[in-house]
Amino acid sequence: MDNAQPKAGIIQIRGMNKWYGSFHALKDINLTVRLGERIVVCGPSGSGKSTMIRCINRLEAHQSGSISVDGIELHEDMRQIDVVRQEVGMVFQHFNLFPHLTVLENLTAGPMWVKNTPRTEAEANARTYLKRVNILEQADKYPGQLSGGQQQRVAIARSLCMEPKVLLFDEPTSALDPEMVSEVLDVMTGLARGGMTMICVTHEMGFAKAVADRVVFMDAGQIVEEGAPVEFFGNPRSRRTRDFLSQVLQH
Amino acid sequence: MLFADTVRNRGLHEKPRIILALFVLSSLLAWWAGGGAAGYAALFPVREAALGLLGDLGLACLLGAAFTANLVLISRFRFRLQVLIVWAELLTLFLLFFLAFDLSFPFILKKLPYLITQGAVTTVYVSAISIAIASVIAIIGAVAKLSSNGFAFAVASFYTSLFRGLPLLVQIYLLYLGLPQLGIYIDAIPAGIIALSLCYGAYMTEVFRAGILSIPAGQWEASRSMGFKFGLTMRRIILPQSVPVIIPPLGNQFIAMLKDSSLVSVLGIWELMFLARTLGNKEFRHLEMLITVAVIYWVLTILFELVQARIEAYFQKHRKR
Ligand SMILES: Nc1ncnc2c1ncn2[C@@H]1O[C@H](COP(=O)(O)OP(=O)(O)O)[C@@H](O)[C@H]1O
Ligand SMILES: [Mg+2]
Repeated sequence: MDNAQPKAGIIQIRGMNKWYGSFHALKDINLTVRLGERIVVCGPSGSGKSTMIRCINRLEAHQSGSISVDGIELHEDMRQIDVVRQEVGMVFQHFNLFPHLTVLENLTAGPMWVKNTPRTEAEANARTYLKRVNILEQADKYPGQLSGGQQQRVAIARSLCMEPKVLLFDEPTSALDPEMVSEVLDVMTGLARGGMTMICVTHEMGFAKAVADRVVFMDAGQIVEEGAPVEFFGNPRSRRTRDFLSQVLQH
Repeated sequence: MLFADTVRNRGLHEKPRIILALFVLSSLLAWWAGGGAAGYAALFPVREAALGLLGDLGLACLLGAAFTANLVLISRFRFRLQVLIVWAELLTLFLLFFLAFDLSFPFILKKLPYLITQGAVTTVYVSAISIAIASVIAIIGAVAKLSSNGFAFAVASFYTSLFRGLPLLVQIYLLYLGLPQLGIYIDAIPAGIIALSLCYGAYMTEVFRAGILSIPAGQWEASRSMGFKFGLTMRRIILPQSVPVIIPPLGNQFIAMLKDSSLVSVLGIWELMFLARTLGNKEFRHLEMLITVAVIYWVLTILFELVQARIEAYFQKHRKR
């Protein structure tokens, strides 16, 4: 194993399998993500995209094979899971902001509570990131007072405040009204250009073409195809990929 | 209030047939009750003139008509006025019921200050301390019952099963009589507080469990994905959000405890019920004291309901944000 050279892949998934009960949800997944890489994961609903990225910060457990993040192997008895989770940020489809905290408190919670960052520093940082996602003026509101697009941008800023090495996105625009999709995608594009390592589950093929280094296509719990966007969209190898692309690109 | 319709529903009180039926029914009831009730004769001296069957019936019809007219009239008022009038009427009836007992008011007035400064104060502070301890027990119990740790679950479920399964009075006796057998001596007040806390902690475990379960899994996922540990997530994310869910049943439990604390009077704690019994016994005025503490309990409850309504309104407002 080349665990000794984390630079080769900040995330390494080798022969990973996952079952929900007797249901084989992920089959022999192999994926290596290097620092600074932008990966887009797509595939039909129920193909295991969410499950796969949730295994990366161990919101879900895998049963065989291996996953390592920044050289730390994920398993049931690990001690450093909190370290891994601080390094791997996640943005959810339904935002999952803390509704009882203001936007600013949502952003400072992580740094103050788990990294012991002093309040003034945490707030200054939070404001920087709020500005980065164009939402600084909403800092003192509660999540429930914001639109979906604004909430998702706050959620992205919240992840950024932890200064993660990798950001996972699980269909960040799927719960949004159409007119709000682009404001979130713009922020994500900005992040990608800034060199953030990202794994995005999304059906926004425009985004994939614009920023992805690689597109991963999943179906029925397997990675069916994987390649640079030009190849992936221009010359998909598998029949399932072609079917899928013809469906999503029609819209 | 429930989700109100914008179109008014035609009430029963607007249907002549129903009004007629109500009148007939209430008249018959008045007639039947008037047959032997001494209170009826006292309230209406006319009857002593022995009006005969016709007079009796007339009187009953008059009462029935008054009752029905009252209902129809009240139904025309605005909501708040309706509430006010009906409360006033029912309260009057309730007081009339007490008046029928021929109570000695000087005796009540003489004992009232002591009943309040000693009895009510003890009742409230024993209950308040107990509810605070019970809440702590309940949080621990709820977490244990939701835990995947078999040991924690077993202990917690045994505890809730036992303390919900035994009558509170039995628990109090067991604590007070049983512990000295083991060589543990505790004073009456701590014993009472322990009994109430343990019993209500068991009930409230379920309240907190439901409150914790009412928070969507996404909150756990978000917390976990940021590296929050279990205790931190519980303290800063889950419990604060379940407070609005927990407050109404918690208020209920506190009100129930205010009254169940009367059971610790068997330990000789000088709370309301104990004082009522001892003061009443001394001068053979049981009913006076019983009725007085009944009213004090009720007033305490009303006061606390008002406090609870304020707390709920506060959280309601904050939830909308
Ligand atoms: N908690 C769970 N328990 C059982 N089955 C699950 C669970 N979560 C997901 N699945 C199943 O695993 C498969 C993959 O789900 P998911 O990763 O959510 O798909 P995708 O995100 O690609 O739509 C689906 O068939 C789904 O029904
Ligand atoms: Mg999904």
